[in-house]
Amino acid sequence: MQEKQKLDRETIALRVAKEFQDGDVVNLGLGLPGLASNFVPSGREVLFQAEIGVLGFGELTAPGEGDYELVNASGQTVREQPGMSCFDHAESFVMIRGGHVDISVMGAFQVSEKGDLANYMVPERKIGTIGGAMDLAIGTKKLIVAMNHTTKDGQPRILKKCTYPITALNCVDLIVTDIAVMEVIEKGLLLREVAPGWTPEEVQQLTEPALIVDPDCQEITLM
Amino acid sequence: MPINKIVSSFDEAVADIEDGATIMVGGFGVVAGAPSLLLEAVARKGVKELTMVSNVCGFGKEVWKQLGFKFAEDPDILVRNGQLKKAIATAPVSAIYENNFERLLRAGKVELEMASQGSLAERIRAAKAGLGGIYTPVGIGTVLEEGKETKVIDGKKYILELPIKADFALIKAHKGDRWGNLVYRRTSRNFNAIMAGAATVTIAEVDEIVELGELDADVIHTPGPYVDRVVVRPKEIDDEDMEISDKAKESYEKFQKKGG
Repeated sequence: MQEKQKLDRETIALRVAKEFQDGDVVNLGLGLPGLASNFVPSGREVLFQAEIGVLGFGELTAPGEGDYELVNASGQTVREQPGMSCFDHAESFVMIRGGHVDISVMGAFQVSEKGDLANYMVPERKIGTIGGAMDLAIGTKKLIVAMNHTTKDGQPRILKKCTYPITALNCVDLIVTDIAVMEVIEKGLLLREVAPGWTPEEVQQLTEPALIVDPDCQEITLM
Repeated sequence: MPINKIVSSFDEAVADIEDGATIMVGGFGVVAGAPSLLLEAVARKGVKELTMVSNVCGFGKEVWKQLGFKFAEDPDILVRNGQLKKAIATAPVSAIYENNFERLLRAGKVELEMASQGSLAERIRAAKAGLGGIYTPVGIGTVLEEGKETKVIDGKKYILELPIKADFALIKAHKGDRWGNLVYRRTSRNFNAIMAGAATVTIAEVDEIVELGELDADVIHTPGPYVDRVVVRPKEIDDEDMEISDKAKESYEKFQKKGG
């Protein structure tokens, strides 16, 4: 049997960016989430925040062309743009923890059906990087997790209960994976969209908790 | 007598740091915001058993040299010299780099207290502000709650996080004057600005010293009384060629691709 096609990183990022609304303050995590900055729907004005202490910065510069005193939280140089502001770390986390950031997008190792997030440490490594993840998970109004639906060897990463160390409890609002889009609701996980060629039953087979299939469940669209 | 906090050398600036001291090191991760020359001076002094409070435990000079930095030392210099007893950090290791801190931690040669970035910032600010601690919802249900007092306020659970005070704060600013007034550039303000004043002695490494009055009163980020010493970076340094290891080259390439 030929393996079904899953969405690539760019397409996941494109789907995530569809969530950004006009005027939103958005914080993007390391890796895949960062790609979403390239895909803000045209005509929408979005302010990107980075925990290092900058708000309203522009796109990534070409390697070697930037100013290393203007970087995002991944240490990548970004462009200056009108309206941008810089501040210290306490202020940056007042903004984050105090609920002034609208959307945070992060990667994850595991997410539970209650919206618990595990994304700072692989247990075998015994040391991890918490960084700003716990603060962002607790403080931002809407937390979107962007990740692959399963591990490399096909094991579910969306679980009844996380087995990896917890970043924060009950914090995830939306999960965008390479095969589905799920919303965390009171009763569990609502399957809202599936990747082209996938059925809700096939998504369920790769997910540990029982999914609630939205009666309006449809194919993922990017626009 | 006119106030003059300007000291003439980096060695003089750190001369009274002793074994066992707790030091804060400003910056976020990228070496541009780190007090590189103060760290080098602490390394030359050779003091041991230090407790270091900083966001990261460093990635090492080699990686930054490849990115073209002349002042390329980050907290790694104290790690690899074996000067640390303990680190309090939020990002002691990286997903793409394998740093010296991780190696020493595995060997049991250094201790680590993990913190969340927002709580680390606020704990430092609490010390500077004379507070007995802060209640934060961050860390509930995680390893950071273990062994800490909690309190329910208005139906929501918070953790009591205690202030972190240091003997010395080593920070990097852009410009400073003889009163110790400082301004920072762009994303280099980060932890530098909040560590200023959270230690018994705050030492600022600056790109430029300016005359009193040159920094506009409305734009001074750190008012002078938080700062005890100001020391200026030389314009030019001997930027010796160094051999770059394969490991550092690989880390550099990964960094260029996806950030660190």
